[in-house]
Amino acid sequence: MTHKILLGALAAAAILGAGAAQAQTLNDVKNRGNLRCGTNTGLAGFAFPDANNVWQGFDVAYCRAIAAAVLGDPMKVDFVPLTSQTRFTALAAGEVDVLVRNTTWTFVRDVDLKFTFAAVNYYDGQGFMVRKDLGVSSAKELDGAKVCIETGTTTELNLADFFRSNGMSYDPVPIETNAAAQQQYLAGACDVYTTDVSGLAATRASFADPQNHVILPEVVSKEPLGPLVRHGDDQWADIVRWVSNALVAAEELGITSANIGELKANGHPNPEVNRLLGREGDLGAMLGLDANWAVRAISAAGNYGEIFATNIGEGTPIGLARGLNALWTQGGLQYTPPFR
Amino acid sequence: MATTTPDYRQGSFRLSMLIYDSRYRAITIQIVFLMLLMAGFAWLVDNTIQNLRALGKDFSYRFLWQSAGYDINQTLIAYNSTMSHARAMVVGLLNTILVAVMACALATVLGVLAGVLRLSNNWIVARLMTIYVELFRNIPTVLWILIFFSVMAISMPEPRAFRGEAATASMLVFDSVAITNRGVYIPEPVFDRSLGDLDLRYFKVSVDLLAIIAALIASSWASGRIVARANRIQEETGIRPATWWLRLAVWVLPVAALLSALGFHLVKPVLPETGIPNFQGGIHMRNSLIALWLALSVYTGAFIAEVVRAGILAVNRGQTEAAVSLGLRPTLTMRLVILPQALRVIIPPMISQYLNITKNSSLAIAVGYMDLRATLGGITINQTGRELEAMLLMMLIYLALSLTISSLMNVYNARVKLKER
Ligand SMILES: N[C@@H](CCC(=O)N[C@@H](CS)C(=O)NCC(=O)O)C(=O)O
Repeated sequence: MTHKILLGALAAAAILGAGAAQAQTLNDVKNRGNLRCGTNTGLAGFAFPDANNVWQGFDVAYCRAIAAAVLGDPMKVDFVPLTSQTRFTALAAGEVDVLVRNTTWTFVRDVDLKFTFAAVNYYDGQGFMVRKDLGVSSAKELDGAKVCIETGTTTELNLADFFRSNGMSYDPVPIETNAAAQQQYLAGACDVYTTDVSGLAATRASFADPQNHVILPEVVSKEPLGPLVRHGDDQWADIVRWVSNALVAAEELGITSANIGELKANGHPNPEVNRLLGREGDLGAMLGLDANWAVRAISAAGNYGEIFATNIGEGTPIGLARGLNALWTQGGLQYTPPFR
Repeated sequence: MATTTPDYRQGSFRLSMLIYDSRYRAITIQIVFLMLLMAGFAWLVDNTIQNLRALGKDFSYRFLWQSAGYDINQTLIAYNSTMSHARAMVVGLLNTILVAVMACALATVLGVLAGVLRLSNNWIVARLMTIYVELFRNIPTVLWILIFFSVMAISMPEPRAFRGEAATASMLVFDSVAITNRGVYIPEPVFDRSLGDLDLRYFKVSVDLLAIIAALIASSWASGRIVARANRIQEETGIRPATWWLRLAVWVLPVAALLSALGFHLVKPVLPETGIPNFQGGIHMRNSLIALWLALSVYTGAFIAEVVRAGILAVNRGQTEAAVSLGLRPTLTMRLVILPQALRVIIPPMISQYLNITKNSSLAIAVGYMDLRATLGGITINQTGRELEAMLLMMLIYLALSLTISSLMNVYNARVKLKER
């Protein structure tokens, strides 16, 4: 009996490890002909299947940009919806090539769980949402509240720290997905829903009565979210990192999905634009890609600013301001190392 | 003595005999199979070690002693987020045991009732029980868990509905029980002159509880003496003295005296008039616990009903007829003649039902009940990335739990089974 169980576990571990042993993710992706991208199970604005079952959103745009750069087609993406509990196992086991799922870059995930965070695509922080009629205007008044959280997240740990350091008690209601959390919160099974502020805004936007819910002013943590890959394949990590950087650089340099064709054809006085677009130098070859990689990545869904504006910006129901995610030249934190 | 059997021992041993000689063949096959099994096992271990190394991960249980960092809503022993993952694991394990014990008890009651009633002569009752059995055992457990959970969460009033002048919901049983969409709040036993706690280093045990248990054990012993005495008198004189009032007194009086000495009373849950509307005080049975408890109980109860029915049908009809001709009423026939004999058939399959409850309780994650699977096998794995270590540990714990249950039940089985003289 014991033997059988152990065997099963080891078999599972062997299978688990099998995907990670191979180093050449780029070759795998090319041979397979599509990119396996781990996303969340459904969060408006970030990653969700639309009415035609096509995945849309801010994180999805990153998957599409990577697929465009590597495979030449932004639609060649296999989206793998993952819960906060399953995401890391799926990435470590090689079920997905890259994880773009509102995932916070932390020391333990980077160093101990052996992942490489390629970039920060959204600087976020944890907040609290309550119903207006609860009559609470600050998170410091939440003593004794029932709090809905997604388990397996940094949220869970920050929450424990926040209530502990403020000497308040609470009753955590652990939930697996954002959809279930939303349902519980709306049914009044908890007083508060807490997660990344961007997630709160996205969740609230999908309510029938968003005006009856408030996001409290306190932001209790730093949540730098971004795409991540497994340790051990630096070439692949570089590709994901520089595709992300290319999107920011494009915004810095004024390259948009509208003018990119013309810039590519006619060039630009700024040599960095020409290097990025593959008119000069051979940055693409250094990555193991062709010269047009960045052109395709930027054309997939636009530059960083365009991706932000179409999916989660102030013109959308989610209505997030650029804030920390403005370019560094405009008082924000989005900044890319030079393309040279 | 002359024999016609050829004496093989005289011939020399040839290698081919390992296959063609029926005396050796079975052993050969077994040895080869064992070697293959071990080779397969070694390959798996080796592959695992290599893959872990390729991932840059080691195999270590050190994470168990690091601070867990997360909170758990239902804790039977003291716990907070600064304590270790090992402690969180124990909290989860105790929650698993709690719901398993509660569900085993309720499932047994439901199962025995339904099993007996299914054989009832009353057509409607028998049919109703058939419907219960077929409905519940043919739908997966996890669906029942979710159904009970959703019913609680959606159809019960929110705590705020209990508040203010225009309250739309009210508490039951002299304002002591509140059924809300967050679970059921019931009064909590409190001791004014408590004897305090016994500190066992890792956890504390209430001395009050120990005292009550001691009193109950003493009562049980005394009650046994009274019955033994009645038996003796019956054997000597043929007349059985009435014992029920003596036994009742022996069971009730000591505990009652002890409770009043300890200053026992119940504290009702109350809803604060201002602030966040959430009941304070009392015992909070969360929706997750209730859903899991009820679902596991009614689901497994349906199986137990079948086990009980089979056990009763296994008792020869002649036994019933003999009991009836002695003038025993049907209820007494069932209690004194049929059930004791049926138990012999019922207990062994019952063990597997109890094991099923324990293992099925790991479906708790579906409703966020913080059992072993949710703490060690869920949050701890997720926060530390130690899948292999935690999974192996968790399997070991479930295995140990199951073996304990089945050995306890086997002891009981040995006591009720037919004693051949
Ligand atoms: N950033 C946190 C939380 C991530 C998280 O789970 N976010 C939620 C809400 S913003 C989410 O993406 N849910 C979508 C889903 O459940 O699929 C972490 O990395 O641990």
